[in-house]
Amino acid sequence: MNKIVKFILLDILKNKIVVLYTLLLAVFSWSAFGMEDNSTKGILTLLNLILLTVPLIAILFSTIYIYNSSEFIELLLSQPIKRKKIWSSMFVGLITSFILAFTIGAGIPLLIYAPTNVGLMMFAIGIIISAVFVSLAFLSSILTRDKAKGIGIAVLLWMYFALLFDALVLFLTFQFGDYPIEKMMVGITATSPIDLARIMVLLHLDVSAMMGYTGAIFKDFFGTPLGLSIAFALLVLWIAIPYWISLRLFKTRDL
Amino acid sequence: MVKSLTCYFVLLLLCIGNLDAKQIHVGKNQAIKTIKAALVASGPRDTIMIHSGMYHEGNIEITQPLTIIGIDLPIIDGDRKFEVISIKSDSVTIKGLRVQHSGYATLDDPGGIKIYNGSHILIEENELFDNFFGIYILFGKKCHIKNNRIVAFGKTEDRIGNGIHAWKSDSLIIEGNDISGCRDGIYFEFVTHSLVWRNISYSNLRYGLHFMFSNNDSYITNIFKNNGAGVAVMFTKGVKMFNNTFIENWGDAAYGLLLKEISDSYIFNNKFIRNTSGIYMEGTNRITVEKNVFESNGWAMRIQASCMDNDVKLNNFIGNTFDIGTNGTLVLNNFDGNFWDKYEGYDLTRDGFGDVPYHPLSLFSVIVEQNPPAMLLYRSTMVSLLDKSEKVLPSLTPENFIDNKPRMRALPL
Amino acid sequence: MIELKNISKNFGKLNVLNNISLQFNKGECIALIGPNGCGKTTLIKSILGMVLPNSGEILFNNQNILNSVEYRKNIGYMPQIGRYPENMSIGQVIDTIRQIRMHETASDEELMEQFKLPSLFDKKMHTLSGGTTQKVSATIAFLFNPDVLILDEPTAGLDPLASEILKEKIIREKEKGKLILITSHLLSELDDLITHIIYMQDGTVVFHKHINDIKRETGEERISRSIAQILRKQAV
Repeated sequence: MNKIVKFILLDILKNKIVVLYTLLLAVFSWSAFGMEDNSTKGILTLLNLILLTVPLIAILFSTIYIYNSSEFIELLLSQPIKRKKIWSSMFVGLITSFILAFTIGAGIPLLIYAPTNVGLMMFAIGIIISAVFVSLAFLSSILTRDKAKGIGIAVLLWMYFALLFDALVLFLTFQFGDYPIEKMMVGITATSPIDLARIMVLLHLDVSAMMGYTGAIFKDFFGTPLGLSIAFALLVLWIAIPYWISLRLFKTRDL
Repeated sequence: MVKSLTCYFVLLLLCIGNLDAKQIHVGKNQAIKTIKAALVASGPRDTIMIHSGMYHEGNIEITQPLTIIGIDLPIIDGDRKFEVISIKSDSVTIKGLRVQHSGYATLDDPGGIKIYNGSHILIEENELFDNFFGIYILFGKKCHIKNNRIVAFGKTEDRIGNGIHAWKSDSLIIEGNDISGCRDGIYFEFVTHSLVWRNISYSNLRYGLHFMFSNNDSYITNIFKNNGAGVAVMFTKGVKMFNNTFIENWGDAAYGLLLKEISDSYIFNNKFIRNTSGIYMEGTNRITVEKNVFESNGWAMRIQASCMDNDVKLNNFIGNTFDIGTNGTLVLNNFDGNFWDKYEGYDLTRDGFGDVPYHPLSLFSVIVEQNPPAMLLYRSTMVSLLDKSEKVLPSLTPENFIDNKPRMRALPL
Repeated sequence: MIELKNISKNFGKLNVLNNISLQFNKGECIALIGPNGCGKTTLIKSILGMVLPNSGEILFNNQNILNSVEYRKNIGYMPQIGRYPENMSIGQVIDTIRQIRMHETASDEELMEQFKLPSLFDKKMHTLSGGTTQKVSATIAFLFNPDVLILDEPTAGLDPLASEILKEKIIREKEKGKLILITSHLLSELDDLITHIIYMQDGTVVFHKHINDIKRETGEERISRSIAQILRKQAV
């Protein structure tokens, strides 16, 4: 493994907040699965965590961590190392630690209590959502030099994807309720990683039957192997694109 | 019940009255080898004993009162061409046969056993295997269909008939049958004063139970499980449904119980578990829904605006996604005295009822009813927040859609 | 050894470096002085490739440093404020830097020993005082025996003893023929170190002179006084 990645990873894993986050995930997951007699409810509890807490912690912690590392990044830059390598090592280090935290906190109970397709899917989605929001953290911290502003952007991004986007979708469904908007909705959800993740999990649970015609359209699309691959590909793009933009900015950034 | 007893009594009298009736044995090792020959040899009120074996005899038509009893489950096979047994007489008993492979067609609806215009007919302990219709009753009266097992393997709705199908009949007793894989498990049209009791109808393509224009019937202690669209009942008065279980009818258009244009009926002590919609009501008037359990359904009840004067009381609502859904704002139904697990009120007066009314209609369920695609937002944080704020400050949900006496504890049902 | 040709840099509307051309050679020990915000740090960072000038070019051993990282092998940098990942120990930080530059040959652990860092190797970075953190930064800067040392306010925060150790080390390195660039506010600190002084103001170089020339021109023995005298003259 790359020395810098290893170094950053070690540093983060010893961080109290990350340890606390892992513990929190574990407590919630174990109790969610332990208290409910069927695993679906546990999965739904976990889904709420994945849709709200995981993104928030991932983006906030990562943003702050990147800002706090600015002097260390400078030190690394004075070494014969390419900027791209420094940035990508930070990225890999942060993502790996969040994946580890999620796996240990939520993944293990998930795989023990719900070793089904849905369980595996949730696991994959939790990991991907963690990565997406780490990636967005890179974007928000490169956009401004000011730490307070950067954290502000991170919180706004989280608010947008966790809350505002859904309000927007709700508004759209009302505005265009008289038109056949179901197919359009497939496209719209693709523009929010959280919604994409939520719908992918819901489609694999019983509740999909309650989604009526729209649900059927979604199932037709995301239910097929091709649709599923497309959905995952979209989520991966959500990881790749913010990071790629941040990397381009970082390369020409004055430190 | 009284009617069924009378039915028995009449049959008993008939048997006693016919002392010179003889027994005819049919079988490989008997003098008479075929059922048709036995029918020719028989006189009214005789008994034909069919020994085990395989009988391919095309359509068997019974035109006089007879008792036909199978010994060790003889197999009567319609070769997928014929209606297997046609009963065109009163006072016929068919017992202990395996009737299989009727012909199939959509025009004359061939059945495994079909009753034409008869009364006092007992069909008991038969196995109806892979027929187009299982047991078909046309203009039947006082017929007793008991403890039969009806299995079919329908793939599409138009290529399979119903398990027990009754048309323009009266005073039937459908009891203890086990029905699966048909289009509708039990189908009634213009059937009156009948009893459907202790049947299990499951994994049928369309409805577990389906009836229309069938007044004053009772449905007691049946189980309707995992049917394509649950149970649908329409255009009927005086329905009594007691002690039935509606379970796992999941699907886009599946209902635990669909009530359409039903009035003056009584739904008591049933269990609705894991259905997309526990009860869906449309144009339903003056019915009482009492002491039922609604558990883990998508919607416990969906009540369309066209429903009036219904009384929903003393029920337990537990773990449903939505307790109530409605498309209307006018509330002409009563919801008092139920237990709702989502109720968060308190009981300072210690009388077992919450001191503040419960609003069983969540904002999101109203939104979804008006705007089904919004269901996509289910489980999103946005929606949870909306619902929470609506609970605190109701503004969009109908204000009088309330349970004034929500129970603090579930009823022991 | 290092040559800056017409370097300009602006942050937004602010002109931080204004058409600066300079040349630094081996064996020189150059003090980069000037008021706050005059562009000292930006100049240093330009040489290190952390700041990308808007125009002009920087040559290191006659090679343009743009898009190159290899030249930094020859530079040891000690930042003004060192901050390291909080949960790592001194030992881990130094080890990591070592591993990053694995192919480097012998390392110079003189400073590390003199600062008595090995006994603190297990201490976490966030528990260290500012002075100890500076010691770590200095150690890392000298660790790979680089040809060029760039020290940004090296003695700020160091106790007098450590400060003296560092100064002696700088002198020894200078005598080995290395190029040393120092920024500092405390001119008195630099008396026995430096060979050249560059005075910057508002993004331009006011003067770049050999120390002896300065002393001769002003007739002062102490650098701080000579500078003050020059500035007074210019103001008039």
